[in-house]
Amino acid sequence: MVQLEVFLQTLVSGLLLGGLYALIGLGMTLIMGVMKIINLAHGELMMVAMYIAFWLFHLLGMDPYVTLLVTVPALFVLGVFIQKTLISPVLKVDSILPENQVILTVGIGMVLQNLATLFFTSDYRSTPVDYASDAWYLSDWWRSSPIELSFSVPWVVSFGFAVAITAALWWFLQRTDAGKAIRATAQDKDAAILMGVNVERMTVVTFGLGAALVGAAGSLFIPMYYLYPALGGRFTLIAFVITILGGLGSTQGAIIGGLILGVFESMTATYVGMGWAPVGRFLVFVACLIFLPGGVAGLMRRR
Amino acid sequence: MASAAQTLGRYRTAAAVVVGLAVIPLVPGLNSSYVLHMLILMLMWSVIGMAWNLLGGYCGQVSFGHAAFFGLGAYTGGILYYHLGWSAWWGLPVGMVVVALGALGVGYICLRLRGPYFALGTLAMGEVLRVTAENLEWLTEGTRGIMLETRTWVAKEPFYYVILAIAVASFVVLEVMVRSKWGYYFVAIREDQDAAESLGIDTTLYKNIALVVSAVLTGVAGAFYTCYMGYIDPEIVFALHDVSIVAIMVVMVGGVATRWGPLVGAVIMILLSEVVRTLPYIGRAHQTLFGILLIVIIIFLPNGVVGDFRKMMRFFLGRSKPAGAGGV
Amino acid sequence: MALLELEGVTKQFGGLTAVSNVSFAVAEGQIVGLIGPNGAGKTTLFNMINGFLKPTAGQIRFRGERIDGLKPHKVCRMGLARTFQVVKPLQRMTVLDNVLASSFLRFPARADAERNAWEVLEFTGLTPVANTVSKGLPLGLRKRLEIARALATRPALILLDEACAGLNPTELDESIRIIRKIRETGTTVLIIEHHMKVIMSISDHIVVLNYGEKIAEGSPEEVARNPAVIQAYLGGEAAHA
Repeated sequence: MVQLEVFLQTLVSGLLLGGLYALIGLGMTLIMGVMKIINLAHGELMMVAMYIAFWLFHLLGMDPYVTLLVTVPALFVLGVFIQKTLISPVLKVDSILPENQVILTVGIGMVLQNLATLFFTSDYRSTPVDYASDAWYLSDWWRSSPIELSFSVPWVVSFGFAVAITAALWWFLQRTDAGKAIRATAQDKDAAILMGVNVERMTVVTFGLGAALVGAAGSLFIPMYYLYPALGGRFTLIAFVITILGGLGSTQGAIIGGLILGVFESMTATYVGMGWAPVGRFLVFVACLIFLPGGVAGLMRRR
Repeated sequence: MASAAQTLGRYRTAAAVVVGLAVIPLVPGLNSSYVLHMLILMLMWSVIGMAWNLLGGYCGQVSFGHAAFFGLGAYTGGILYYHLGWSAWWGLPVGMVVVALGALGVGYICLRLRGPYFALGTLAMGEVLRVTAENLEWLTEGTRGIMLETRTWVAKEPFYYVILAIAVASFVVLEVMVRSKWGYYFVAIREDQDAAESLGIDTTLYKNIALVVSAVLTGVAGAFYTCYMGYIDPEIVFALHDVSIVAIMVVMVGGVATRWGPLVGAVIMILLSEVVRTLPYIGRAHQTLFGILLIVIIIFLPNGVVGDFRKMMRFFLGRSKPAGAGGV
Repeated sequence: MALLELEGVTKQFGGLTAVSNVSFAVAEGQIVGLIGPNGAGKTTLFNMINGFLKPTAGQIRFRGERIDGLKPHKVCRMGLARTFQVVKPLQRMTVLDNVLASSFLRFPARADAERNAWEVLEFTGLTPVANTVSKGLPLGLRKRLEIARALATRPALILLDEACAGLNPTELDESIRIIRKIRETGTTVLIIEHHMKVIMSISDHIVVLNYGEKIAEGSPEEVARNPAVIQAYLGGEAAHA
């Protein structure tokens, strides 16, 4: 029974983590789908959002969840700025290696991380919200439950926000004209141009949107995670593992990929050891490359 | 077609560079331990750059994970020393075998991927090895790292000549490869993999060849690093930014798919990082400056200092001359 | 024995059948035309013959040996070369280097490979642009470079995928002359072409595909009179002729 309890508790933590991972993966997937470039500054963008949330909490006493109102638009603007001033020009440069764009985003990531170190030092910072260690328990609802599970309040709330934001994104992509134009651009750029879609503007919006999504993830992570400049690199890796796992450019795939990765990491941490969680992450990645080249999306299509 | 005169000219330049480098330790004023340290680092990075250039520049397979091979080479020497009591220099020959096997494994997983996905696959490989080295404490001592009790030589000169020999050997090997049929095959794969395949080129085989050779040279540089610096840990030798990305930067700055690009790039990068490090306020911002440099190079000099030399001269001198066509 | 034989070749992508049960043979020394409206499955068929795609069913034999499912470089090594409809020059290489890269297959020694490359350039009339970087060539010459590269592998059979599309009348005449010359030197030709005048004048034998199925086969005259062919071209999409 204890073993089952540990297993279920691990599963719950994994799913909660996975929901937030999905949000990170969604932003990257969206950018990859529309622009066909891999944004290796993705985690660094989240790190920027986390610093914004951190300072709003410490200077203005703003609740981390309220900071969403600032981080999301701020990251959207940052994303638009990066796309317009840096990525757009490179897409027009002729060079031997088309991977230039990827390398460019690495450069952007380096600058962001280093600037954060310069301004805020490389200290670990925490955001001590009152409810940080609050939790709901399964026995609160079900008195005679044979096993006990805890649901950390900040994790559950963050997860809820992540689900809501994901739903909003889905609605935006499916129902609004701008969303449809973005999907059309992702499917076939030339056809989209012929249909009168302003592809240039859509790529700018997409990069902004991708940055805004990962910005939201930053606000949602800040109650639980220590913040330091190098955190970004870690999340960039996580984001692309999710993207590969989910099937490149597929939004549903990214959600499922995020959940799988969250659960898998949580399982590795429980059953193999904390330090090995990153290895588990990459094992998933490698296994996916070998056995499931199309990712989860490829699997769904085959059915 | 290379005429005899061109061939002679090519090797005259190379010979002059080698002789010039070989006499530096004999020149008073230049033979300070500081200057030699800089030169050793430049040569080491030019080896890594040449190696990366073969796979990335010529064969078009952009690797974000050369730290994997550098680290494998470095740790082979370190582990032989720490566990078996062998000289760390055994890391050079043994490391070549270990790294070649490692590269075949990486190739099996990553070479089925194309373009940016290959890049990400190799990046993951580098990270997997770093985290593995951090956690496999019985073998690698984890994050404590491995320290050599004594280094082979106190003076820098012997190290300098060793890395110079490695650099010259690498240059010759790559030059021979690139000028041969293989070089044409590599570039054909870079330019259009489907076309290359349908023209009778076994693209899987040749990509693996490029990867293994590139990895082995990088591993040799890694094994040398262990002997020279006397201390390694996973954060240093498997570093994403400080090894894998710097390897890319060396080649991008110097010039992708050019003969002298890696050396020029290594010189620029080492000088730059040294200058930046010694400046009082800017020192901590060296990553920012590197990042900005990378961005500027990608946007304005996509073929690097060597590849875009004419363009650069035109910019500085205000002259306009038609740029020559860059071939193989 | 025919040089190339297709027997019941079928390719399905998911639920879609792109090529369905196609059989025909290419005799040595012929020029065989493969025609059909857009989307008839012609390029898919080429991709199966050349090894980019594995047929879902059926056999492809070259000189009596099965080649379906072999990798493209092996197929090429056996003496079957192809060109691409959307030209794929090795962009940053010169015309000579492009041809040289494929000459090494039969001539491992560099001097021999170079001699072969120059011969092929002369044959295809590309000698004047030998040292031009191929990216800068006009379309007509890029199309011809495709042919030159394939010829440099000294094939017994060459597959030409729309080698004449988009050419002006002068270039067209030159290409027709080259294709005839290829046959005269003993290389068999299988050609996809939309240009009816070209296909009717150079082919010894024509195979017609429509919606992935073979609907007719025969001499140019027979095919031109065939009601199913006329229907396919006039009934479906407007003819390209």
